[in-house]
Amino acid sequence: MREKVLYGLGTVAALLLARNIWTMLTGLPDEAFQGAIFRIIFFHVPAAFTCFACYLAALIAGVMYLKSKNLRWDSLTVSATEVGLAFGAANLVSGMIWARIIWGIWWTWDWRLTSSLICWLLYAGYLVLRRAIEEPTERARLSSVMTILNFSVVPFVFFSIKWFRTQHPQPVLYGEGKMDAAYRIMLFTNWVPLLMLAIAMVAVRMRQERRQREIDALRRTVHAF
Amino acid sequence: MLFLRQMMTVAAKDLRSELRTKEALNASLSFALVILLLFSFAFDPSSDTTREISGGLLWLVFAFAGALILNRSFARELENDCLDALIASPVPGPALFLGKVVANYVLLLGIEVVCLPVFGIFYNVSWAQQPLWLALVMILASWGVSVVGTVFSALTVNLRLRELMLPMLVYPMLIPCLMAAMQLTTPLLAGQPVQGDLLAWLRMLIGFDIIFTSLAVVLIDTVLIG
Repeated sequence: MREKVLYGLGTVAALLLARNIWTMLTGLPDEAFQGAIFRIIFFHVPAAFTCFACYLAALIAGVMYLKSKNLRWDSLTVSATEVGLAFGAANLVSGMIWARIIWGIWWTWDWRLTSSLICWLLYAGYLVLRRAIEEPTERARLSSVMTILNFSVVPFVFFSIKWFRTQHPQPVLYGEGKMDAAYRIMLFTNWVPLLMLAIAMVAVRMRQERRQREIDALRRTVHAF
Repeated sequence: MLFLRQMMTVAAKDLRSELRTKEALNASLSFALVILLLFSFAFDPSSDTTREISGGLLWLVFAFAGALILNRSFARELENDCLDALIASPVPGPALFLGKVVANYVLLLGIEVVCLPVFGIFYNVSWAQQPLWLALVMILASWGVSVVGTVFSALTVNLRLRELMLPMLVYPMLIPCLMAAMQLTTPLLAGQPVQGDLLAWLRMLIGFDIIFTSLAVVLIDTVLIG
């Protein structure tokens, strides 16, 4: 049953994505200043939204694990973090491709870029920490603490980098407020399939975690004899 | 009162054992001096360039040296199961944690006090123009470094590759704190007082300290005991 729901979710996401790409390429006109490349924003911005939604889910799951000590919450934390990192990477890479064409450089130390990169590194650190702990409950406990600390430092990162980097304003900043209504609708329409995709990926990853726990339990039983 | 006394007992124990063996202190101090020396090859140490990046250099040195101290903080207790004894003692987790933070804080401040004049001499920076403001920045930022670093020292104490994990996890988390300290220290070394925009950085340092101290105190029982 669950599997069917998952496959259904994935299929709907794929269909929606295909429809959106079709509309993007045929229905929407090129942007006046940027030409065709501007379409990257329909993936770039929703990827960032999805990434933060995943981090938020990871935080909630981390707190819930510490409260309930139920390992299912821990598997939600790690799944959401991994999927969040994937979408964060999609956000960073798509941004870099756009920047190469429009700004002529792959990277600039603008505050949005810098703070996204730092957040990515923080959450990558979470995965490194997990890798280093063998015992499942200890791993769940310590990594939940790390998720909470990670999420608490994110606002500081954003504010500090903004204060720091706006001392040297970048003329290349792209104002989202000036966006045409049709583009904005497309932006949010494309967020829907990406979010569905993220949910499906988190669900698949959670199942893997559960299987892993089952295998570990079986292995322990075998070793006990 | 009892809490404070327990905290100070733990801090005094840590400081005493560190001052008798000096294992982290010696390593961290010589490491700091080596980095200070290496910086002279990274850029031209003439006075103009140094003035512009002095805050950044200084806090990089402090952060690197601090990691060595923080690494030892909980690792020292592993031998003879001292950590288990500490956890089993009637000292509550937060008192144990804050005691260790205070000990690390004192050691870190000590290293900073030694490095600052050395930096001034090597790079021809007259650092004592705003002594009170500079002391305030060092007090606030070092507290942030000590608190976050000690939490991670406790978090990573049982891991393989502990010495590697700690800096990797701590530095990204310390970015706001270190950045504020760098932003404040550079003008202070140039003799300007903290005013205008710089006050925002000071507020941020205070906010960072308060939030992470309270978070750490809330979470430390989970880290140490589970």
